[in-house]
Amino acid sequence: MLIYTLKRLVAGIITVWFIATATFIAMHQVPGDPLMNDKAVSDEIRQNLEQRYGLDKPVSQQYLIFLRNMLPPDPDFGISFTQQNRRVNDIIKDHFPVSAILGLLAITFATLGGILFGALTAIYRNRLPDFIIMFLVILGISVPSFVFAALGQLLLVNVNALIGYSLIPVAGWGTVMHMLMPSLVLGLGTMALLTRLMRSSMLEVVNEDYIKTARAKGLSPIRIFFKHQLRNAILPVITILGPQIAAITTGGFVVEYVFAIPGLGRYFIQAVQQLDYTVIMGTTVFYGAFLVLMVITVDVLYGFIDPRVRLQ
Amino acid sequence: MRLILAAHLLSVTFCCYGQVAATSVDYATQTITHALTQEPPQLNSMKATDQVSVEILGHVMEGLVRYDRRGNITPGVAERWEVTDSSATFWLRGDAKWSDGKPVTAHDFIFAWKNALDPKTASEYAFILYALKNAEAINKGELPTSALGVTASDDYTLVVTLERPIGYFINLTAFTTYYPVRRDFYESRGTRYAADAKDLIYNGAFTISEWVHSASLKMEKNPHYWDRNSITLNAINIDYITADTRAHLNLFIDGKIAHTGLDGETYKDALTQKLRINSFTTGSVFFLEYNHRPGRATGNINIRKAIQHVFDPAEMVNRVLATPGNLPGKSLFPAWVKGVSGKFRDEYPPPTATIDLNKAQQYLSAARAELKDIPPLVLLVSDSPIASKQAEYVQGLLLSKLGLKIVVDKQTFKQRLAKMSSGDFDIVGAGWGPDFDDVMTFGDLFASWNLNNRGRYTNPEYDRLVRVAMDSTVPTVRMDAMGELQQILFDDAVLLPQYEQGIIYLQHPKLKGVTRRVFGPDPDFTYARVVK
Amino acid sequence: MIDFSPAEKSVATEQITRPSLSYWQDAWQRLKKNTRAIISLYIIVFLAFFTILGPFVWQVDPALQDLNQVSQAPALPKQALLSGAYEQWQRIVIQDFPAEPDAYREQVDAPESLRLIDIATTQGIRLAWNPVEGAGGYNIYRNERYPEGFNDLGLPLGSTYAGNEIGYEDRLSLEPFTYYYSVVPTDGFDEYEVYSVLTVTPQLTITIDEAKARNLVSDTATPGDVVFLEFHPLGTDYLGRDMLARLMEGARVSLFIGIFAPFFFVLFGIAYGGFAGYFGGRLDAVLMRFADFVVALPFLLFMILFKIAFGVGPGESGIIPMLIALVLLSWPATARLVRGQVLQIREQGYIEAARLLGGRDYYLIFRHIIPNTMGVILVTLTFAVPAAIFTEAFLSFIGMGVVPPTPSWGSMCNEGVKTMLSHPHELIFPAVLISITVLAFNLLGDGLTEALDSRLRSRE
Repeated sequence: MLIYTLKRLVAGIITVWFIATATFIAMHQVPGDPLMNDKAVSDEIRQNLEQRYGLDKPVSQQYLIFLRNMLPPDPDFGISFTQQNRRVNDIIKDHFPVSAILGLLAITFATLGGILFGALTAIYRNRLPDFIIMFLVILGISVPSFVFAALGQLLLVNVNALIGYSLIPVAGWGTVMHMLMPSLVLGLGTMALLTRLMRSSMLEVVNEDYIKTARAKGLSPIRIFFKHQLRNAILPVITILGPQIAAITTGGFVVEYVFAIPGLGRYFIQAVQQLDYTVIMGTTVFYGAFLVLMVITVDVLYGFIDPRVRLQ
Repeated sequence: MRLILAAHLLSVTFCCYGQVAATSVDYATQTITHALTQEPPQLNSMKATDQVSVEILGHVMEGLVRYDRRGNITPGVAERWEVTDSSATFWLRGDAKWSDGKPVTAHDFIFAWKNALDPKTASEYAFILYALKNAEAINKGELPTSALGVTASDDYTLVVTLERPIGYFINLTAFTTYYPVRRDFYESRGTRYAADAKDLIYNGAFTISEWVHSASLKMEKNPHYWDRNSITLNAINIDYITADTRAHLNLFIDGKIAHTGLDGETYKDALTQKLRINSFTTGSVFFLEYNHRPGRATGNINIRKAIQHVFDPAEMVNRVLATPGNLPGKSLFPAWVKGVSGKFRDEYPPPTATIDLNKAQQYLSAARAELKDIPPLVLLVSDSPIASKQAEYVQGLLLSKLGLKIVVDKQTFKQRLAKMSSGDFDIVGAGWGPDFDDVMTFGDLFASWNLNNRGRYTNPEYDRLVRVAMDSTVPTVRMDAMGELQQILFDDAVLLPQYEQGIIYLQHPKLKGVTRRVFGPDPDFTYARVVK
Repeated sequence: MIDFSPAEKSVATEQITRPSLSYWQDAWQRLKKNTRAIISLYIIVFLAFFTILGPFVWQVDPALQDLNQVSQAPALPKQALLSGAYEQWQRIVIQDFPAEPDAYREQVDAPESLRLIDIATTQGIRLAWNPVEGAGGYNIYRNERYPEGFNDLGLPLGSTYAGNEIGYEDRLSLEPFTYYYSVVPTDGFDEYEVYSVLTVTPQLTITIDEAKARNLVSDTATPGDVVFLEFHPLGTDYLGRDMLARLMEGARVSLFIGIFAPFFFVLFGIAYGGFAGYFGGRLDAVLMRFADFVVALPFLLFMILFKIAFGVGPGESGIIPMLIALVLLSWPATARLVRGQVLQIREQGYIEAARLLGGRDYYLIFRHIIPNTMGVILVTLTFAVPAAIFTEAFLSFIGMGVVPPTPSWGSMCNEGVKTMLSHPHELIFPAVLISITVLAFNLLGDGLTEALDSRLRSRE
């Protein structure tokens, strides 16, 4: 297992290198000038700006400089083009923890909700709870996330107005109360997906012979659920969860926008829109590394969850 | 029956049901809470360009002069001044201090200006300093910064040599780029200058006491400010930073912030709140800019005249933008611009095009005859929803009234700028906000040497008139030139004025003294106060 | 003595009395009887009719802007009055009254005789009032219910800046509702806390020129006639365009992308994940690392790149390039899911048995393994449909997808969110259609699962 993990880590580093290179090339191919702004500037100022950001060198040389700066122990992504006084490393360091907390909370909601509701629909298949939950799931994925975010915030505003006192903050970040609604909204999509997945894999499992055996043996339904059904049905859930964690903790763009949360999500989109080269590279490499790590974790977990699975 | 009940329940859930006890203003501590639309990207006053940074800097720093509540120039660090055709002398007050207690001296201004003009600093607003002698040459790297026409005859007297006579020079000195910077502090910070709250010193009404990037910013009253007795607020807490206007409104309704802008979507919700809505004209003009380069269909004047006689700015303002405060566009010069003694547009009424379909058709036929074939015109817009809506309106209008086919090219910010510079468009939606309080901030926009003239309109007569206005200090001469210029813009249909921007906003009823500005920091809380 | 005799081989016992069904034939029969599948079939037929035949039945141009009926809720056809061409408003400035007050006063009176000039129509409402002693100007407000106090006057429409300018014309998005105008005197800068209110209900009006241009009236029409405006059964959007026509046109783009993109990338994902999971080892490692690579690429950046690479010009709806790009960037999730399932399944006993019986890899993968991953695959497919629709909306939003005026359901949702509270119909209709589409595929997926999945089949 250890050797396997090590091999995977090495492969992961190579993957991240590929990601960085592809992004670097793509970034420089996209038309548009990272240094151009609404007010046009004279050529001399242009040249100086280019010099400061190293854009006057040929692209291949810029790439090598970038690689050199990437090397551990102290990878340095440079200074942001748009926030000219902030280092990209600081941006990631300051904002990722916020996104991470938000994302993990969202994943917790999604996982607990998904497993619970998915199991319920499988157990009560074709009866009322199944229909209600599936209707909500359909609604959950058919309605775009910014609608839920806006509605969620509106709900909080009205609840507070009803009470006459601002019980739950409608936006911002800092306390546990701030985190509740945003993480709920962020987790909704994943919760719907997990419910559905859980349902289909539970349905497959619920009729297996070993379940019937366990029931015949007299085991309590709860024990059966947790010890047998869950474990066998959870593999697709784990498969999805790994990359989803990476995606949600870095991609909560809409939720961060609506709830004024200082997370990393908006930087991903804004950096591309403003062609902020350093931030694009920094966030992409960071996300790539995080993703690779999550995928490795998931694969390792496969072996623990379902001993029949051999990865070699 | 059940449907009605359900509808009522739903409306009660999503419609407001009372008021929340507000924490956004506090009378006892004279504190208010505010929200920003984005993280200030650049608090180095020598390089700042965007509105949010200008807003923050305007509260924490001060230049030679500042704007009063009515928007007039009033003494700042300089107690009095004297401007002639060739020079300007400023006598600084003795009690202007930095937040660390040291005095603000003439050397601080000289250092800031030289630094801003230094080509290595690469400041995008360096051009605003070109009024000073040799400034342009220094910025182009032809002369060293020591050649700048500014000296300190003593610590509190600043003598500026002007490049050429400029009647409105004083208005320029209120601009952010003209703020002072102290050499020893700047050099002690190196590349970290303006990176965090502790990497700046402040000579304005407030200081930045705390700055958590993208999350919050706290400004506190500056105990060393020379006019601190006029400042009532003790703290301005910016606790929320997001561009979502609906989030701002929700925060306001929830009693968390004291001031919020409203836009086309949120003002209807604000109406249900029974709150005072205020309106304000930002001073910016929005127009369609044509591509005048040879080979482009829009280079043909008949097409432009046809569009001029079919586009009704009133319909755009009233039906499409549909928010109060906007005025139909009549000219490149907005209504507030000053003329000789009153408003420019009162003294030089802009020519207006009659909405006449027949005339427009005639122009179009003439264009068709000259061009043989008019390809679909490319309308370049940004990817914002407002721009998109306006573009769709123009597209529908020109198709239905003139049969002129328009394709909308939506581009993200940088790609749009790239296309504008390279001339890869026929029409582009553009806007211009004033930098200083003089007609020239709009007048030179279409001069052939102006890099912001993205359509590359060239007219020697236009250029001549701009130079006349630049070189003269006699108001009537300048304004006459600008009046003729306005006529050329109409006769040649150089641009298509659409609207002058107005905004509406909510303000907590206990918060008084907030100033909305066309120039300078906006909104300005410097003279604000919380009443009981 | 032997008291038994060997059984006779009778043909009858070995007769097959029903036709032998293959796996797929059996599945098809079960599908036909499945209620969920039948419901989804009806929905799909409805959607097909809506998209393909709809525009022939409801022949309204989806790009036609009707600025007299902006953001209208679904309603019966409205009647409007015909009026002559709009005449320019002349500011009302009276002569024998000062423009500025001679001295600052603490208090002034509320304006008297606030009245209408001409009839109030949706082309313009003209107000006038008597000048107020000591005023240097007036602010005009408009509310949609009676003001309850000085802070409840509503929208600030505009101002006059002289004490003797005593008229104002309001043209701001007027609709035939009741408005409450308030006029507040000022000293030229600040307001006095007094006001007068006037209730006005404008008449829905359309100018003769406009009506003729839109073929609502014949040439003999005269001002004062009543004419019916265009009928919009589902209301209009923010530029007065017919919602029903836009939904029909939007269906084309959304359903095309929403069905074909997932179809292709799920198909590819199945093949990719199936191979990776089955063969395992090195092949699996390399294939999966490539999948990780694709996921980690910044989506927006590569979409911009694809748009350039495919040479989509300005104003062209790059639907095929968008489809290709979506497929190229979305397959890894399916691949990973399928691979996970395959890893689990390939260790099962029956796979080993089939291999021992001589089954080759191809046969094992397609006949045994993949059908057992159907559950997961169908779930992915269901979720891929709305995901594709919303990704298309996001891309159109930033200029990568359909160009204006072409609508798509996703972009209509984007637009509708902004007026969610004041004009909910702009959001509800496209969202409902997307929900119906998702529901159809969901039910179809459920039906297919019940028909195809061997474990569920064995129950009946």
